[in-house]
Amino acid sequence: MGEKGTWVVKKGLAEMLKGGVIMDVTTPEQAKIAEEAGACAVMALERVPADIRAAGGVARMADPNVILRIMDAVTIPVMAKVRIGHFVEAQILEALGVDYIDESEVLTPADELFHIDKHAFKVPFVCGARNLGEALRRIGEGAAMIRTKGEPGTGNVVEAVRHMRQVMGEIRRLQNMPREELMTAAKEMGAPYDLVLYVHEHGRLPVVNFAAGGIATPADAALMMQLGADGIFVGSGIFKSKDPVGRAKAIVAATTYYDDPKVLAEVSKGLGEAMPGIDIKTIAQAERMSERGW
Amino acid sequence: MKIGVIAMQGAFREHEQTLARLGVETLRIRRSEQLSQVDGVIIPGGESTTIGKLLGDFNLMEPLREKILKGLPVFGTCAGMILLAKEIENSNQPRIGTMDIKVARNAFGRQVDSFEIDLVIPEVGQEPVRAVFIRAPYILEVKPNVQILAKVEDKIVMARQENMLVSAFHPELTDDLRIHRYFIEKVCKGL
Repeated sequence: MGEKGTWVVKKGLAEMLKGGVIMDVTTPEQAKIAEEAGACAVMALERVPADIRAAGGVARMADPNVILRIMDAVTIPVMAKVRIGHFVEAQILEALGVDYIDESEVLTPADELFHIDKHAFKVPFVCGARNLGEALRRIGEGAAMIRTKGEPGTGNVVEAVRHMRQVMGEIRRLQNMPREELMTAAKEMGAPYDLVLYVHEHGRLPVVNFAAGGIATPADAALMMQLGADGIFVGSGIFKSKDPVGRAKAIVAATTYYDDPKVLAEVSKGLGEAMPGIDIKTIAQAERMSERGW
Repeated sequence: MKIGVIAMQGAFREHEQTLARLGVETLRIRRSEQLSQVDGVIIPGGESTTIGKLLGDFNLMEPLREKILKGLPVFGTCAGMILLAKEIENSNQPRIGTMDIKVARNAFGRQVDSFEIDLVIPEVGQEPVRAVFIRAPYILEVKPNVQILAKVEDKIVMARQENMLVSAFHPELTDDLRIHRYFIEKVCKGL
């Protein structure tokens, strides 16, 4: 019926997720908690980033059974992760019927040169980015949604802030640039010219841009929204905290009422301990997930 | 004329932009007292469970229901349609529940089955509308007081009951202004 897998339809689902919180879950029970707390989608995983970081070794796509059980448990969209460049994992997830694929630096990259040709798929993709050039390259490859990378599994928002400020700052710079400078800007950023032109004319990315990587509190979520995020991914921050239900609800409310400090104060009360955080400086360069992807 | 766009979660920005192109002033609604400042409301697409939960938690659900029952014009797209339905198949989720329709959620399938299609809607003109369906619901049953405005195959995807207009698809995602114009001219001003 009609035309499926079009750019409008792929990008459109991300538009519907805006202003919402996408939560990492590893079991159908967690998925139900997330849905009841008001998540607009869930990310189905075998392990949350904090546990992937702790376990080390090679992190891969989740077992299809884990993903299918989560898809059965909830009515909201279900996303799942594939390794950067691993287009066969993506083919598998598409065959399972997941709603969105995250080509993610949280897993160990399968290709150190090339990302997936995301235009080749009917299912939409979200990809991470640290700066505007990286975001536009991923969109050029077919990503219908972008998220800033942050540093996953740390409970430390500093990298998410850095990447969001970087992207938004570069957008403002392009917007103010005279047209004759855009081609050189495209060359320097390593970004497709037509997308650079789009950003110059519209003052925003051509797709939705969420914040991710280290968001652990309602205040963190509201901070990212005030910095210009369209919505929030929370990975380890919910189910690694003392009170996942309360925290999940509070982060959902904080994402909607991000510019209302009275609501933020109310929902931040009595949530118990957040997940334990990690100082980014103590993570060796080689172990930083945000450095993966090109 | 000022239209409130319910801004709990979802594609409220696109509705604002569409209304701006029609020269209609908008207000983002996140608090119940704002409801008295508008001449109509739009409930956007998004996740109906998320929007419904937030409407309840932040005390908007009851005031909104009362206003709609008293005749406030409302246009619900996708999730908005689900929230306006009295009956939702296999679901007890919180809802506004003012319209005499029964809907099925994700009725066309998951995201891989999302689609766009040319749809003729006689009420808005003879030229077809490009209708975008994303994990869309459709209407299973209507009471006789509900006017059916469009179908895809035999599925009801747009309908009106007095001050309430609903569509399973997303007119805010295209440049076609006719459906929003219909809401403003026929539903808001026509009452």
